[in-house]
Amino acid sequence: MMNQDHVLHASQDDEMESLVLHDDNGNGNGNGNDSSGNIQQPSQSPKSPFNSFLDPPSYAEAIFTSFDSNGHDQTLEQSSRSGTGSGSGSESDCMQISVSDPQEEQELTNSLVPGGSSYHTYLITTRTGKSEVGVRRRFREVVTLSERLSEAYRGYVIPVRPEKSSVERKVMQKEEFVEQRRVALEKYLRKLVSHPVIGKSEELRLFLEVQGKLPLMRTTDVASRMLDGAVKLPRQLFGSESVAVDLNDVTQPARSGRDLLRIFKELKQSVTNDWGAAKPLVVEEDREFMDKKDKLMEFEQQLSNVSQQAESLVKFQQDMGETMGELGLAFVKLTKFESEEAEFESQRVRAADMRNVATAAVKASRLYRELNTQTIKHLDKLHEYLGTMLAINNAFSDRSSALLTVQTLSSELASLHSRIEKLEVAASRIFGGDKTRMRKIEELKEAVRVTESAKICADREYERIKENNRSELERIDKERQSDFQNMLRGFVVNQAGYAEKMAAVWEKLAEETSTYSSNNS
Amino acid sequence: MVTFEGMEQQRSSSGASLSPRSPSSSQPFLSVSVSDPVKLGNGVQAYISYRVITKTNFPEYQGPEKIVIRRYSDFVWLRDRLFEKYKGIFIPPIPEKSAVEKFRFSAEFIEMRRQALDVFVNRIASHHELRQSEDLRTFLQAEEETMERLRSHETGIFKKPSDLMQIFKDVQSKVSDVVLGKEKPVEESDAEYEKLKRYIFELENHLAEAQKHAYRLVKRHRELGQSLSDFGKAVKLLGASEGNALGKAFSELGMKSEILSVKLQKEAQELLMSFEEPLKDYVRAVQSIKATIAERANAFRRQCELAETMKLKEINLDKLMLIRSDKVAEAEREYHELKAESEQATKTFETIVKLMNEEIGRFQEQKTLDMGIAFHEFAKGQARLANGIADAWRSLLPKLEACSSSQ
Repeated sequence: MMNQDHVLHASQDDEMESLVLHDDNGNGNGNGNDSSGNIQQPSQSPKSPFNSFLDPPSYAEAIFTSFDSNGHDQTLEQSSRSGTGSGSGSESDCMQISVSDPQEEQELTNSLVPGGSSYHTYLITTRTGKSEVGVRRRFREVVTLSERLSEAYRGYVIPVRPEKSSVERKVMQKEEFVEQRRVALEKYLRKLVSHPVIGKSEELRLFLEVQGKLPLMRTTDVASRMLDGAVKLPRQLFGSESVAVDLNDVTQPARSGRDLLRIFKELKQSVTNDWGAAKPLVVEEDREFMDKKDKLMEFEQQLSNVSQQAESLVKFQQDMGETMGELGLAFVKLTKFESEEAEFESQRVRAADMRNVATAAVKASRLYRELNTQTIKHLDKLHEYLGTMLAINNAFSDRSSALLTVQTLSSELASLHSRIEKLEVAASRIFGGDKTRMRKIEELKEAVRVTESAKICADREYERIKENNRSELERIDKERQSDFQNMLRGFVVNQAGYAEKMAAVWEKLAEETSTYSSNNS
Repeated sequence: MVTFEGMEQQRSSSGASLSPRSPSSSQPFLSVSVSDPVKLGNGVQAYISYRVITKTNFPEYQGPEKIVIRRYSDFVWLRDRLFEKYKGIFIPPIPEKSAVEKFRFSAEFIEMRRQALDVFVNRIASHHELRQSEDLRTFLQAEEETMERLRSHETGIFKKPSDLMQIFKDVQSKVSDVVLGKEKPVEESDAEYEKLKRYIFELENHLAEAQKHAYRLVKRHRELGQSLSDFGKAVKLLGASEGNALGKAFSELGMKSEILSVKLQKEAQELLMSFEEPLKDYVRAVQSIKATIAERANAFRRQCELAETMKLKEINLDKLMLIRSDKVAEAEREYHELKAESEQATKTFETIVKLMNEEIGRFQEQKTLDMGIAFHEFAKGQARLANGIADAWRSLLPKLEACSSSQ
């Protein structure tokens, strides 16, 4: 995974800001029509080896304004995108989310242990047109929201929520951790809002609007679910209870733990599938799907590489800027020294030359720093799409588990039918009928009916999820195309623009030192 | 080819040394070039030989043109001899002997050394006193065997540059002790001179720092270049797996990245030769001045010691004369010997002082010129790089537009 190796720091900035260069151009303090603006760089989180690639690289936390070829400031694309939601464009659909004001609160428990633990809440403000709603939520509620959405919107590519990262919490300073989480939450909610389906979901609406405790049912913890399952299990295993298949249950993946027996069955089925003893029921579509999946995996691999290289590039650009700045500083000191100690006119001349060099170097250093903050912004898209790949994988596994359910029910039906057949054969041999067996056959036929309707539900669900997959991939593909186009263009324009600015700085110095050129002497 | 001197270099057969006017036979000239480095020998014994071409109309020289083969240690020999003979003059510095680089002998290292040696000899040839040196004549004209003999028979104080370094260090500590007032031995009480000494020592520190950062800047260029190359490759692969118009856009970007990587590597080398090396040369020059300062201190001490001794001898002589001792004659002889020595020492010292005063002004002027050229080349190089980068990226934009419109 990616290791974040560098930290943007402002310490060198301070040293350079305090220099007086006697420069009539005002030391390039982002003056005039530069779109350099204000670059605030909040303290960065220390590098953490536990960052999964979901967590944004720390460089993304720099606040900046963009540079485009017109030299005008441009607001972040992201905020404009999240603002328009699914792009329907009407004013009332325009939702703008911001997450702010983290506050520490105490856990209200009736526990015997004095001094309960604390947690943070965040103010989530939703602005729609002219109205504004604000709620306070803690991270746990975000987790609940994310789980609800996963359950309700299977097959959709749902943005992945920020990690719980309990390790990071211990490693980082509290303020830094809270700030990092705040930023992550904001990004997450904005992504949710801009999803054409999720953005309009009831779950999200409740989360954003309803004051007080989140009215979404928390999915019961796995342990109690397992216990419930375990209690039911023995009777089912011994077959004394008919396999009561709740139709609702069919539409949920077995892994949520509600039905232990079902988990066992589906496990058996998936093992069967893997061993190839039973052919998967749906073959033709799978191939196309598998191809797409493979392609996406390869794409993800390449994307990850590029993202890594982009990180390195940013680091080296920063190093360049830093060293250039240090060089400038060294020349400032030399200038001062020679000016003060000058006995000869030649020394004064040299001091003047050195001052010009220092000025140019310091300006160039600042330009490198600005260039970098812009580069980060553009290349951050790469990182974002890695997160999207993960969400796509989730959508794919929704499909796989739905398919597994279908296949399990199919083989369940097949086995029921064969048992009925065997019983009927055996029963037919007994003259005058076999009451026990006949009763058993009836039971099994009832089970078949139930299982058949369950299978119909499962089939429908599978088809639905497949369609969701398909339409989502189509949507994402389009978005990706345009996102990447913009990213490339932005990156290139940025590089070109700053290179031109730097060329101007150096050309000025070349002119100032032109008396020394070999053409003249 | 860029020199630090602002003189035309010896590409053309006529080389101006002091005057920019084309040389005529009446105008004395001496021009030298160091070229054609050739690696000789094997393994640990390997060394580089250089061709040294001299063109001159000095009567003392054997002829108008002479070509000899010299190696690095010959240059060291020349420097050591000049240092001994011309006390007070700031002897031009030579590039450091590098034990590590020697084994690698990269093309860039060889070229840098050649350039530095060329500059070294030319500075000597253009110094109004040093150019008259007999040792210089030997260096420029002697057969290889002669040079080898001289090299190995070096009996001077400075056998190896490492010895020189050691003496620098000793002198540095001695002189800085004096400057700091730790010792109170014989020292000049010249306030101006004290100021100069302090200036030289501080200057070295400042310059060393600038040179350090200049060297790092070279490294940064190389690193960024490498990074762009890696980035370009990864982007090209992404483009390939993407396919379609967007994929093409990525490929174009990747290719441009690789082109820029090459530009950066090139500029790194330029920066090393035209900016970092002159700074290093400046540092060496300052260190050479420190050695001269040490010489002056020695000469002053010697002068004082002899003067002391002479006084004592004089007192002793008077005593002897008073008691009409038969040792008078001997004592008188000794006294006169000593007096001559003392006068010589005084003269030596005073010469050093006079020369140094002349040298310092010349040094400052020369350095302003040298650095001016270095700064100019630095600016030009960086401008060239920046423009190259801007052009490369700008040329990519229409291609990107084409890719997006064909979506």
